[in-house]
Formats: sequence, structure tokens, C-alpha cells
Amino acid sequence: MSSPPMTADHLADLYRRMKTIRVFEDTCVAAHKAGEIPGYIHSSAGQEAVPVGVCSALETRDRITSTHRGHGHGLAKGADLQGMMLELYGRVGGLCGGKGGSMHVADFSVGMLGANGIVAGGIPIAVGAAQGLRLMGSDAVVACFFGDGAVNRGPFLEGLNWAAVYNLPVLFVCEDNTFSAFTHSATTTAGPGPLARAESCGVPGERIDGNDVIAIRAAAAQMVRAMRAGGGPRFLWCKTYRFSGHVSVDPAAYRSQEDLDAALKRDPLLVARGRLAAAGVAAAAVDGVDAAVEAEIARVQAVARSAPFPPPPEAFTDVQDIGSPAMGLTAPEAVR
Amino acid sequence: MNTLTMGEVAARTLADEMRRDGRIWVLGEDVQAGGIFQQYKGLFQEFGGLRVVNTPIAESTIMGAGLGAALVGTRPVIEMRIADFVMPAIDELVNQIAKVRYMFGGQARASVVVRVPHGLHPGSAAQHSQVIEGWFVNVPGLVVAAPSTALDLAGLLRTAVRSDDPVVFFEPKALFRTPADMPDDWPAIAFGKAARRMAGDDITIVSWAQAMPAACEAGQALAADGVGVDLFDLRTLWPWDEEAILASAARTGRVLVVQEGVGAAGFGAEVASTVAEKATGLKGLKRLTSPRIPVPFAPTLEEACFIRPGAIAEAARALLRR
Repeated sequence: MSSPPMTADHLADLYRRMKTIRVFEDTCVAAHKAGEIPGYIHSSAGQEAVPVGVCSALETRDRITSTHRGHGHGLAKGADLQGMMLELYGRVGGLCGGKGGSMHVADFSVGMLGANGIVAGGIPIAVGAAQGLRLMGSDAVVACFFGDGAVNRGPFLEGLNWAAVYNLPVLFVCEDNTFSAFTHSATTTAGPGPLARAESCGVPGERIDGNDVIAIRAAAAQMVRAMRAGGGPRFLWCKTYRFSGHVSVDPAAYRSQEDLDAALKRDPLLVARGRLAAAGVAAAAVDGVDAAVEAEIARVQAVARSAPFPPPPEAFTDVQDIGSPAMGLTAPEAVR
Repeated sequence: MNTLTMGEVAARTLADEMRRDGRIWVLGEDVQAGGIFQQYKGLFQEFGGLRVVNTPIAESTIMGAGLGAALVGTRPVIEMRIADFVMPAIDELVNQIAKVRYMFGGQARASVVVRVPHGLHPGSAAQHSQVIEGWFVNVPGLVVAAPSTALDLAGLLRTAVRSDDPVVFFEPKALFRTPADMPDDWPAIAFGKAARRMAGDDITIVSWAQAMPAACEAGQALAADGVGVDLFDLRTLWPWDEEAILASAARTGRVLVVQEGVGAAGFGAEVASTVAEKATGLKGLKRLTSPRIPVPFAPTLEEACFIRPGAIAEAARALLRR
């Protein structure tokens, strides 16, 4: 591995980012169940090492595309925590002004090109972003997060082929959380897995422990260096496990308690704590990080709870300029 | 005055715009060879392979990659070859392109032009001859253009590539090879303004795209019989020139909407319902459309889908008797 060894401070920072995602999502799921957050939440609890590891290998100018389970990707890329909480609450000041919600969180100011309600929807966008960046003379790369369900959709093959044909700097990150919605992906996926599909298009890659943030960071950093040097696309297959159901209201009755218990023992936060201990960081110091994260999330939640909802006329803005609702072209008459 | 085909006009117009703005580029199947209607002829030679990109036959990613490239600041022209091939890319167009600005609260713009040659094309049957522009009017976020003449195609294409909104740009594929006498300048044309092809006080005829030549021919025949025909080419369907049509309807009291393609829930229904709701003193209103059948192959069957000048004139005369 050509990466310099991580300092305890770097490691603690990665841990803090992962913990932030965990507490953010746990808080939002609870708030949803309490009726405070509309809609539903797709929690990525158990998968935090993937976005944090990958995004720690990226620069701000690099872009990412995400999925319907996208809070972690956004926060790992540096999206504004308060803005994301406000967005999930559907309040003024949310990243998307309350128009997107959980499934469409985006923060373009840090290169997060949006969560996506469509499985595999981010893949064509990612390859196009890389193509556009090349046309603009940029050396930025694009990391494209998707799940194990996405590898059975056509845009996955199209995107791999596309990135390889044009030699684009796209890091395909398969965040394999074991489930396609309510179904074990193994029961609906043929062949030896996502990496073999990538390799069939000439995209080199690696299968990696998706719960080990250090391993993910190291692999991603090496791939990003190769891509920035003109080496073309790379593929990272991160094997992990979704702790929650598909959405906040799904009890996940389709899996056994034994499977979940085994997965919880491999919680990426526990793995990172082990790494911190090995680096000589005292458990009390890590507990201090936990407390600080919990206090920060409580603070942003309090702000979100007291923020106003967007005024109803906002529903009619940012549709389009030409032929916008404001032009009066509303036949038949829109109900206002 | 120059005589050029619509395809040549399209290629020259886009070349002009690409010279003006280095962010504009083209992606699609066979565009380096000029496209199947030669509407990109010469662009690869002038702008090279980074700005005129031959793609795999992968419609989802042609559309989605165009969006991704727009999100980082370029202005892609996305070639879809024919309307029927938009269907594999419908997610990227309807769920993504149309909505990124809105669902991300204005952080993003999908400044793309999706070029869609469309319309009945003899012998092309059910999957190469569809007319579906009305579908996209139903999608908030999209602008929809459907010119019928070379000069309009040039002017509207300029507006489309300069627009920050996503524009679905339908081009009449049966007319690409039709020669047109072109003036020296082909300025940009604003969206939402119909072109009045004939002026008269007896009946309003509204049409667009590939049905326009037949509507014009019918209008001439009616005029020869002394009928005052107010004939409009809508040119763009969202926004569309409701004001001009309602003003004409108020004067004539009779409105005939001529739409190539299936009538049920087609754009002609939008025009007719708007006229029915809003026009004053209306004495007659009728739609003339293709039947709700897939486009058949054999000429004797396919004929059912075409809107011919005789049928338009006959429908107009029936309205005039009311």
C-alpha cells in the first residue's frame, strides 16, 4: 500500500464522520416514527464505512452520485449537516428548500450531485459528469455509489461500458448491503458477483471488507490516484450489511435474528473503535467523540424542529423558466 | 436566398451555436457520420471527437450522461435518433432531467437539448413511426418544441441550446430532406409564439409538426373556395400560444385542431379543452387525429394514421356548416 500510515487523529476523524452518519440517521428514523419527519427514511446504518472511506480519498472538486439511501454519501462528502436535517424535516433552509426530502438530498457546493429515487439512476449521471469534467479541462474524478440491487439493472452495464470506452475517471462503488429492498440479493443475482461484471468490461477493481473504513480508504485512494493519472475507471465492491429494514417502516422480517446478530458484531463503528484502540487511542476519548456527535445532532435537530415550513407559493418556483407556472400557462386552471 | 434541406439548416445552425459557445457538445449514435438525417453533417470534422461524441446504442446512458455533463457545467445536445428510442431513456428524461432543478431546490440546472426526430415515416411501422410529443407536455420541468419548417427549426434550435431549461426538441423526420428557400439570417425564435401561416375570419385551424404541410394544403384549397382560414403552426407545445389561438377563436368561432398521432390524451386534446373552457362565442370545435392504433406497416393499413389535406378541408367545411 502506497498510502502513508494513518495517524490516530485521521482515524478519529473518520470515526467521527461515521458516527455522525449513524446518529443522524438513527435520530431521523426516530423522528419519523414520532411523526415529526414526513415520508420515510432509508437508513444506511451499518454501511457508514463505505461513504466515509471513499469520500476521504476525494477532493472537494471531485463529484459523487448517490442512491435513495444517500444521507451518508452526502455527509461524507461534506454536505451541510444542518441543511440536511432541515431538508428531512421539510423546512426552510433545507438543502433543497424542502422540495426534495430524504430521497433527494443534494449539496452541489461540495460536489454531491444528489441522492436518487431510482435504483441505478446515478450511474449514467456519474459517467456523464466525468465526461463533462474532461470537456471542461478538469482533473476531477467522480465516485458513483450504488447498491447490490443496481447491478441487475441495464444502466449498470451501460455505465461500465461507457466509462471504459471513453476511459473516464469514474470510481464505481458497489455498496453491497446484502439486500435488494426486501429480498436477499443473492437470490436474484446470477454469476460470481458485481466485480466479475465490471471486469468483463475491462474495468479493474477489488472486493473489499465494506465495514473497514481504513481498508476502503486505502483502496479508494490508490484507485483515485490511478484515475487522476488517466488510468480510466475503477471498481470497488464493498461487502457490508444493512442493519435496518429497507425503509423506516420495514421490520425486516425476511431475515433471521442470527444473521443480524452476526452483522452487528461486525458493526463498522466497532471495527473502527478496534483500530483506534490499536492506535493507542483510549476508549474514553472515543466516548468523548460519541458525546460530541450526539450533542451536535441534538442541536441541529432542535433547529430543524423550530424552523418554519416553506410557504405554499414555493411549490411553484424552480420548475422551469420557459413555460413556468408563473407565466400563467396553467390550463386547466391550477388549484392555488 | 439559399436553397437548403432542413437537415442542412439544422447542421449549420448547431455549428453556429457551437462556435459561439464552447460548452455545447453533441452525443448520440452515429453523430460523427452526420446523424441518420445528416442533421449533424460536418460537425465532427469541425469540432472533433471531444465535442461530437459517437455513443454506444445505450439510450439510458446517452440521456443520463447528457444530464451528468450538464450538472458539471457543459451544455449537451442529446441526439435520440428517433422518438421511439426515447422510451429506453424515459427514466433519465422524466425522472431525472425534468426534475433535478426542482427536487434539488434550484441547486442544479439540466441545460440540455434532447433532439428527437419524430413523426409518421412511410413503411416504418409500429416502433419507428410514433408521434409522442404530447407525453412530454405532461411532464413539469420540460420545454417542448415541435417545428415544421426549416427556418423555425433553426430559430427554435438556437433558443433551445441557449436556454437553461431542458428542451425536448421534436424534429419532423419526414421533412428533413425537403428543400427550403432560406433567407441570409436565421435568428433565434422565442418559445410560446405560434406562427400564423394564413389569415382569415371564418375558421381557426391549429396544427404543428408534420401535420402542417397537409394543413397548409387544405387551407389553400379552402381559401380558393373563398373560406377565410386563420391557420396557426404552434411551433412549441410547452409553452404554447394559448393567447393567439383564443384570440383567433373569439373572431372565427370555429376551431379545428389537426394532430398527427393518437388523439386520446394527445396534445390536440389540450388545445381543444383549453378552447372549450376559455373561448367565447364558440360555434364549433373539432379534433382531427390519427386513430388509437399502433402504426401499421402495409400502405393500405398505414394510411389510416395519416392526416390528409382532403380530410382536413372536409372537417373544416363540416364545422363551417354549424
